[in-house]
Amino acid sequence: MSKMLLDVQDIRTEFWVSGNGLFQPKRKLCAVDDVSFSLREGETLGVVGESGCGKSTLGRSLLRLIEPTAGKVVWQGKDIAGLSPEEMRQKRRDMQMIFQDPIASLDPRMTIGDIIAEPLTVFEAGLSKVERRGRVLDVMDTVGLSGDMLNRYPHEFSGGQAQRIGIARAIITRPKLVVCDEPVSALDVSIQAQIINLLQELKRKFGLTMIFISHDLSIMRLISDRIMVLYLGRVVELADKADLFADPKHPYTRALLSAAPVPDPKTARARQRIVLRGDPPSPLNPPSGCAFRTRCPLAEARCATREQELTPVSEGHEIACEVVAETGPRLA
Amino acid sequence: MLGSEKRDALVDALEPDHGDGFAPKGRSLTEDAMRRFRRNKAALVSVYVLGALILVSLIGPFFIPFGYEDPDWAAFRLPPDFASGHYFGTDQNGRDMLARTLYGTRVSLMVALVATLVSIVIGVTYGSIAGYLGGRTDAIMMRFVDIMYALPYILFVILLMVIFGRNVILLFIGIGAVEWLTMARIVRGQTLSLREREFIEAARAAGLKPFQIIRRHIAPNLVGPVVIFATLTVPEIIVTESFLSYLGFGVQEPLTSLGTLIAEGADVMEVMPWLLGFPAGFLITMLLTLAFIGDGLRDAFDPKDV
Amino acid sequence: MTENIFKSENLTVRFDTPDGEVQAVSGLNLTIAPGETVAIVGESGSGKSQTFLSVMGLLAKNGKASGKAILEGRDLLTMRPRELDVYRGRDISMVFQDPMTGLNPSLKISRQLTETLEVHQGCTRQEADAKALAMLEAVGIPDPKSRFRMYPHELSGGMRQRVMIAMALLCEPKLLIADEPTTALDVTIQAQILELFAQLKDRFNTALVLITHDLGVVAGLADRVFVMYAGRVVEEAPVDDLFEDPKHPYTKALLASTPRIDTDLESLEPIPGRPPNLQRLPKGCAFAARCAFAEAQCREIKPALNPVADRRTCACLLVPTEERASA
Repeated sequence: MSKMLLDVQDIRTEFWVSGNGLFQPKRKLCAVDDVSFSLREGETLGVVGESGCGKSTLGRSLLRLIEPTAGKVVWQGKDIAGLSPEEMRQKRRDMQMIFQDPIASLDPRMTIGDIIAEPLTVFEAGLSKVERRGRVLDVMDTVGLSGDMLNRYPHEFSGGQAQRIGIARAIITRPKLVVCDEPVSALDVSIQAQIINLLQELKRKFGLTMIFISHDLSIMRLISDRIMVLYLGRVVELADKADLFADPKHPYTRALLSAAPVPDPKTARARQRIVLRGDPPSPLNPPSGCAFRTRCPLAEARCATREQELTPVSEGHEIACEVVAETGPRLA
Repeated sequence: MLGSEKRDALVDALEPDHGDGFAPKGRSLTEDAMRRFRRNKAALVSVYVLGALILVSLIGPFFIPFGYEDPDWAAFRLPPDFASGHYFGTDQNGRDMLARTLYGTRVSLMVALVATLVSIVIGVTYGSIAGYLGGRTDAIMMRFVDIMYALPYILFVILLMVIFGRNVILLFIGIGAVEWLTMARIVRGQTLSLREREFIEAARAAGLKPFQIIRRHIAPNLVGPVVIFATLTVPEIIVTESFLSYLGFGVQEPLTSLGTLIAEGADVMEVMPWLLGFPAGFLITMLLTLAFIGDGLRDAFDPKDV
Repeated sequence: MTENIFKSENLTVRFDTPDGEVQAVSGLNLTIAPGETVAIVGESGSGKSQTFLSVMGLLAKNGKASGKAILEGRDLLTMRPRELDVYRGRDISMVFQDPMTGLNPSLKISRQLTETLEVHQGCTRQEADAKALAMLEAVGIPDPKSRFRMYPHELSGGMRQRVMIAMALLCEPKLLIADEPTTALDVTIQAQILELFAQLKDRFNTALVLITHDLGVVAGLADRVFVMYAGRVVEEAPVDDLFEDPKHPYTKALLASTPRIDTDLESLEPIPGRPPNLQRLPKGCAFAARCAFAEAQCREIKPALNPVADRRTCACLLVPTEERASA
């Protein structure tokens, strides 16, 4: 097995949200609640969940674009959560990010050549102009952009091309880890497929390790090796891809899988859907015990009293649901 | 991408806007804005009118046989008259009004330009630092601005004048030092919203230092609002200077400015209306054209409103 | 087929832009039977939304619609705004992607719902309240009485979309247009809303037009599908036929590039390139530049939408002639 790259232990990110009224006290919002996982070199971890589940905050907390409140992020054996801002900045060479809105993540006043070269100006300041331009052209070629677009501006590009620019910027320093935050959800289906294939190709070519954040399980099925399901800031299930799709255990995962639309009318009609009642609860005021119990078809009295810990149910498959762990999954 | 490259190239070839030569230059946002600006007739005409006005005030005095401070002993209180060469007439001291008006325009423009520059430099630096760093730094920096705001600026300028004596340079500094407050507030507001944009986060992820981010990403994206606000600041400063001159705190005789001329003209407008009319005409033209240009720039930089 | 309740003839939508005229929708012919669910599928810029915005008289200021859009024998496009107001909301209504755009943030839910009833059906306040409450119940809003007194921002996204649907259904329209109704929602909420549409369709016998980019949503809900590309319909088919045997290369490519949750795929087959610029549409088939099967003739001749099989049409020069003959 390959080396461990990242080991995250009980990372927690809290925000303070101002109260409703003028004199209401500030309230604590726990966006990421004691999440732990580890990541091997070359592996792709999918982080899936609905809006407000803390998946984007988790990605940003790992890179310390948002400061986590507690927990350890062990990067190649060293905890980076305690590094000074300057030391952390140096680490960014190895950990890059791809953003959701491809156009908005590019500075509208810079040419794309300058945008892609930006990490180089920080980490390889010694490069000459010609060398830098050579590197930019190389990486543009890798992501499928023609080099003659070097001097154009972001607003002249379509979403798909802009995302290629974002990817080029992220990989120009040859990082070890790339966090992809919903990189294709703003794109049309046909373009989405191009970007997914490009990411897969880069993963193969450079042995990139990726954390792929998305709300779309069908994309996860293509690109991830392991999948982590988040609900209200907590991990509810963590499993290898094959395991998760073949034998989803947590009731929330099962509901997510069955809710995802299938582009085939016969299957769509034949499928039995678990339609969850109600909306996800507010993270400002999470339910006691298991956060999912308010919508869970299997909820029992004990779910309200105890927080669920992530426990292994089989090799490499963990869930945070003692009801299922004891009795096995049942259909609601 | 593998395999699809050829077809991608084909798609690109179908789009005729791919110029020839390697890496053709793209259209930047500023260029786009300028293109929209040029389509705005009122603004474009204003640019030419203002340009002509500036040009005349700069080189005009060289072609006039009269100095702005030399009395023509042969002509006191002369109405506009072509025969004697006093096209705008003369004042009570026999000084040529054309020369004085042009000189006054020059001084007013100078004050406006320098004060605006001062306010841009201080305001942008101050506002973007406060906005980007946020938190306590922001709170302290902006409270200082609030306190400065609370001081009546006329009092502030008068105080400067009293302490250091009347001095044009001091006037520049005094007005600029007051005007930057508004600029700083605007820039800070813009920076706060820019800071939340994804490309700033991308820059942080790319490992840039805070000051690099301000210089490379925040400042260039402030160009639009700053330019727009600056065009609105210029007339404000001209009016402020006129007002101060009117009160007697402005430039000193024999040097003059549009405000001083208007102040003097207003006293005698019933007997010698040309002393008020010409400087006032110049001032109004300048303010109007600047307002049109400011409007045009705003529409050009922010096309969503059109 | 039964009498159609809606029919468009040569519906064309043009926009005046500073860079010239853009034809967003070109010569669209479509028919909708009562109670039928028709899906319009396409990517951004395919003209799928503009089509029905023009029918509703909701085009942006620089937009112009021509052709005919006939709802029960009356052409909506030639109506004066006053006349159109009578039909809008009563016989034809629309649900948008972002429920906030359709709801007035400063009015209570109750007022927004009862207003339509009072305007269109001359109900009294009490009647309208009762009807609106019943409708909120019908769209599955728990505890409708308390929600009735709330403002839109106090509701979650899914709840807002339910309110929008309730509002659209209040006057029991004959035609309900849903423009990407679930795109802004989470997967589990999307499932709820789709389920709701399926129930309401049966209950009110409303014809539903579902505008979407998501083939998964189409498969679960639609009876008939129109696929649009660059402002034109390229294929029309009953839903089962379309997914089983797509005829047009674009439909095929779209299906091949859609990720699947139900099977393991090695990789997707993306469509190369990007959609054409509507200002510079090529002379021939708009898809030719990205099409894996394109031939020389495709770049010269614009294919017409021809019948290719029972209840199926396709706009492609390469769909075999024998199939055309059999239609």
